[in-house]
Amino acid sequence: MLHALTAILICQLVGETIAAAGGLPVPGPVLGMVLLFVVLLVRGRIGDNLERVGGTLLSYLSLLFVPAGVGVITHLGALRSSLLPLATAIVVPTLLTIIVSALLVKWLDRTDSGSPEEGPAGGNIQP
Amino acid sequence: MNPVETIWVYLAASPLLHLTITLAAYAVAEAAYERSGRVSLLNPVLLTILVLGGLLLLTGTSYETYFEGAQFVHFLLGPATVALAIPLYRQFNRVKQAAFPLLAAILSGAITAAVSAIGVTALLGAGRDIVATAAPKSVTTPIAMAVAERIGGLPSLTAVLVILTGIIGAALGPALLDLIRIRSDTARGVALGTAAGGIGTARALEDNDIQGAFSGLAMGLNALATAILVPIIWLLIG
Repeated sequence: MLHALTAILICQLVGETIAAAGGLPVPGPVLGMVLLFVVLLVRGRIGDNLERVGGTLLSYLSLLFVPAGVGVITHLGALRSSLLPLATAIVVPTLLTIIVSALLVKWLDRTDSGSPEEGPAGGNIQP
Repeated sequence: MNPVETIWVYLAASPLLHLTITLAAYAVAEAAYERSGRVSLLNPVLLTILVLGGLLLLTGTSYETYFEGAQFVHFLLGPATVALAIPLYRQFNRVKQAAFPLLAAILSGAITAAVSAIGVTALLGAGRDIVATAAPKSVTTPIAMAVAERIGGLPSLTAVLVILTGIIGAALGPALLDLIRIRSDTARGVALGTAAGGIGTARALEDNDIQGAFSGLAMGLNALATAILVPIIWLLIG
């Protein structure tokens, strides 16, 4: 447990260092993710400990956004004064982006056989 | 001061209280979400933020005081982002096979998100600073804030928009994907990660590992694409 957590923190630390030193436009933790991924590729397996620690962290991923989200209370004034444009900006581009990216994957990805789950009408699963 | 007030003054200043209510509020919100059979509007992040935000406003507690306790939870975002390498590694074969569609979809998604955010805010009469604030809102917070700053937006308001965008994407995305008959886990993951970042990825992981892997990857690549493209789009639009 301790080793796995330390390994994750080291990846993040190295990622933050590279991002800061190189002035890269990518956040440190994202570089840390790339680094851990490379480590796993080299190692060829994940290992029980890392599996457990990583699984625990990811199962609470939603919770981790709460403290930043509560920051909304410091911007109620700005939100109120531009309510219509901001509310629209939160909803419309988000849904549009979901549609565009999902349809592109669907049209371009010939290897994808669809998910095993069945739709309401029994699904239309093709090889 | 009566004893209750004395205790309140002591607790309200300590990180323990705000850390505890953060976890407790989330636990209750998650239970409500599960009980409801996962009704999307009962998104646990949304519920928790509403409850905690309301509580802070009612008790007159500042966000800074709250964050002293909540920072311990906030800190774990970094390690959790690193841990997204694990589902990505597990699904690497699928990712390799779908590399081209993936890149095309994420890139188009990044452009769609930025251009439509700029478009709707400008059309609805928002000031230039608000338009710039909204432009980078569908990527992970640190990138979005840096981009907003560079093009003349308000970074801290961008951070709020990032979270709200994530909540909307996580709450409405799965139903929208059902509606347009997207059933493949690859496509669902890419869509959620591109449009709704980390909160979208958390939602994708709820469904399965494949969606989570593609969503995490899309989140990372969208961050890179947006950091490069949004300042260029901003210049072109002028």
